[in-house]
Amino acid sequence: MSETVNQPLPSDFPNDPRVPEELRNNVFITTLDKLYNWGRKRSMWPMLFGLACCAIEMIATAASRHDLARFGWELMRASPRQADLMIVAGTVTKKMVPQIVRLYNQMPEPRYVIAMGACATAGGPFKEGYNVVSGIDKFIPVDVYITGCPPRPEALLHSFLKLQEKIEKQSLRTVPWYRPGEDDVIPVPMLGPDLVDMRRAEEIRQKAAAQAQQPVPTQEG
Amino acid sequence: MAEETPRPETQAASAQPSAAKPAPAAKPAAAAPKAGGHGAAKAAPLATLTPDMQQLQQHFGESVIAPAPYVGVLLQDKSRLPEVATYLRDELKYDSVTNLTAVDYIKDGYFEVVYHFQRSTGGEPLTLKVRVPRPQGNDLSEPVPSITPIYAGADFQEREVYDMYGIPFSGHPDLRRILLWEGFYGWPLRKDWHEAYYEGDTKPFDSRWPGGHHQLAEERVPWADNVNYPPGFDPLNFHADPDAGLYDSMAEGVPGLKVVTKNGYGETTTTVLGNGQALAEEEELRTDQIIVNMGPQHPSTHGVLRMVVKLDGETVTDLKLVLGYLHRNHEKIGERNTWLHNIPYTDRLDYIVGMANEWGYVLTVEKMMGIKPTERAEYLRVLMAELTRIQSHFWAIGFLLNDLGAFYTPALYFITERDLILDFFESVTGSRLMCNYFRFGGVSRDLTEAQLAQVKELAFERIPRKIDELEELLTDNEIVKARTIGVGYLPADRSINYSLTGPCLRAAGVPYDIRRVDPYGIYDRFDFEIPVLYGADVYDRYRIRVLEMRESLKIVQQCLQQMEQTKWGDIQAGKKAYNHRVPAGQAYARVETPKGELGFYLVSDGGQNPYRYHIRSSSFINLTSLKEMVVGHKVADAVVILGSLDIVLGEVDR
Ligand code: SF4
Repeated sequence: MSETVNQPLPSDFPNDPRVPEELRNNVFITTLDKLYNWGRKRSMWPMLFGLACCAIEMIATAASRHDLARFGWELMRASPRQADLMIVAGTVTKKMVPQIVRLYNQMPEPRYVIAMGACATAGGPFKEGYNVVSGIDKFIPVDVYITGCPPRPEALLHSFLKLQEKIEKQSLRTVPWYRPGEDDVIPVPMLGPDLVDMRRAEEIRQKAAAQAQQPVPTQEG
Repeated sequence: MAEETPRPETQAASAQPSAAKPAPAAKPAAAAPKAGGHGAAKAAPLATLTPDMQQLQQHFGESVIAPAPYVGVLLQDKSRLPEVATYLRDELKYDSVTNLTAVDYIKDGYFEVVYHFQRSTGGEPLTLKVRVPRPQGNDLSEPVPSITPIYAGADFQEREVYDMYGIPFSGHPDLRRILLWEGFYGWPLRKDWHEAYYEGDTKPFDSRWPGGHHQLAEERVPWADNVNYPPGFDPLNFHADPDAGLYDSMAEGVPGLKVVTKNGYGETTTTVLGNGQALAEEEELRTDQIIVNMGPQHPSTHGVLRMVVKLDGETVTDLKLVLGYLHRNHEKIGERNTWLHNIPYTDRLDYIVGMANEWGYVLTVEKMMGIKPTERAEYLRVLMAELTRIQSHFWAIGFLLNDLGAFYTPALYFITERDLILDFFESVTGSRLMCNYFRFGGVSRDLTEAQLAQVKELAFERIPRKIDELEELLTDNEIVKARTIGVGYLPADRSINYSLTGPCLRAAGVPYDIRRVDPYGIYDRFDFEIPVLYGADVYDRYRIRVLEMRESLKIVQQCLQQMEQTKWGDIQAGKKAYNHRVPAGQAYARVETPKGELGFYLVSDGGQNPYRYHIRSSSFINLTSLKEMVVGHKVADAVVILGSLDIVLGEVDR
């Protein structure tokens, strides 16, 4: 057996005499990676989850004119447990970000994130707002960013194609979800006097303590 | 205003060099509110009283009711507010409080709470103002009596004022923060409260122009992020409770519910009702009530709304809403922006109906500047606003069906039609949703021949046919009828008391439409009706939208015909300008968007930026009445009733 496998394949493989007659033209040889990625990239289940104006364009993308189903991505799931793609479509606010992180943690691996629009990418027109997070990538890793306010449906489709390209390049040997050990869980941010990124809690504590030592400079610039 | 009359800070960036020095913001509050403007160089002119205001003044005496600067009356003694409100409601027949907000006059040392009372039969609103001294630092101010017991529609609006300004309302049944969370540090709309990325009081910031030495906000601020913490804050030993007080009034009858009571700022005490104990106290064994949080991530909440429902079996026995998951700080940003900057932001309020919002804002500013758009622009505005109404109602009906369980299929038909209208918007304005089309005194572009042909095809051929199809599909559909007739009933008087506006109010038999009760634009030139139905339930809220689409279509058709008499290209009154100055003053103006009354309350100090920019949004205020509509229905109907209100979270949370 191993001998056969190690032999280089002839160029007219389908007609190779070693392949039984009934299997000819029905056998394809590929790498496991390719097969795995080919299946995955055309059956993404996005999460049914919109935040703001960009979600309206996301719905328009799923509707008949732009028809997401052509790419095999139309099955929007309302439960994060069944989804493997999160489209962050809209402004990420401080009040909402704990929920987004929690939803992300609940999604099983492999999972992907598309940051749709200026707001999800970097805060967009509302960046200076006191309740706005300057981009979802401050908390969760993002695979594809789309510009626009809102991005057109075509731009969203483009991001799907880009994500497919990304998936194609992944290899079973290196993907994080087959590595031993626990899944990475992102600590859920806390809504205290302001939004607290718990990964920075120690730093915040020290800085705030140092601030308490000195007389507070007024915010007046 | 005899002694010190400093100019407001907002003018520091303006062209008058004499006023260039901003005063320190943390100026101690003045002992008592003074009469006069908010620090304008001259005392502001006092309002002339309308007959209703005179009657109010006669009844309560001049020592209680005095003319206020610019518009409205000032209530000198705030403890008499409930009395005055009751008189307004019962004697003067101002049966709803359409707008309620506050303004921080930091130079004069007081907050001014502004009420706009409205008659459901029409006419101008009556403006009433109440002042409270500004407190020190982050403290709460003196309380103002709540008018929620008199006008149910004041409920969320008072909570918003409390959330943004730290003005408590005594006697309010459930005074908690509404857009932010319990424990948030500070009161964001106070003029001396600065967000983390604060750069200057008004735009354009010096760093961008003319020097152009802009630095990334993250590199500029101490925490390298959009956050600010009080000194000494220790996140590792902090008990965060953003929902404090939420379940308090819902706890009864729910065993095992953790009750958290708020005990002053930042402190909380926790009581846990033991499951067994609660059960043992019951005389007989009943079904437990449970509390379910729907949202903020839920497919049927139309965005990031959170409904907390108390269920007895499947029946909703109590409901509370948690808002603010899309609070994007429109008002704070709006006060930094220049007047023109704000137009694209209004697109993002209710992002389904961008151009209707623009009209509301532009109309208010035009009222303050005293300008009128050109004829051609007036027609273009009506054309855009009515097409917006049609596409919004298509959307609303499609998603109402979604909520009924007809998942996505009917919506697909209507989204197709909507896309065609958006195509027209896109070809004229350059964008499908965020059109940024209106300008002070006009609009930004005229139609080409091809665009005219495109819209005519839509208005005369395609859309009328599609509305017929829609009706054929739905109006007599048995399932639709069974699920919607009699569901979510709210009678007319309650609707008015809740300040409900828009199609939902008209479906309860009240012919209240801003296009008729307080006309704007050129709606008086068209032959159309304000449809009214009397069912006050979900079915009639659906039917009224269909009728309104037909009326809008009539307007669009007439508009296209009449427009031919106007001059092509004449779309802007006066010169195009980037840098508008709006005379000092205050104004409240509103338009009828597809969701209801959208009003803007603007205060100008004569500079390039609004001093106060308040949005009266119908989606937000309509939600006040949701509880009364839903309680007693099954939880599946709660979703449908919410769908029938047709809210958009961008406008709810702003
Ligand atoms: S990027 Fe623009 S369209 Fe998208 S959510 Fe932000 S403001 Fe809305």
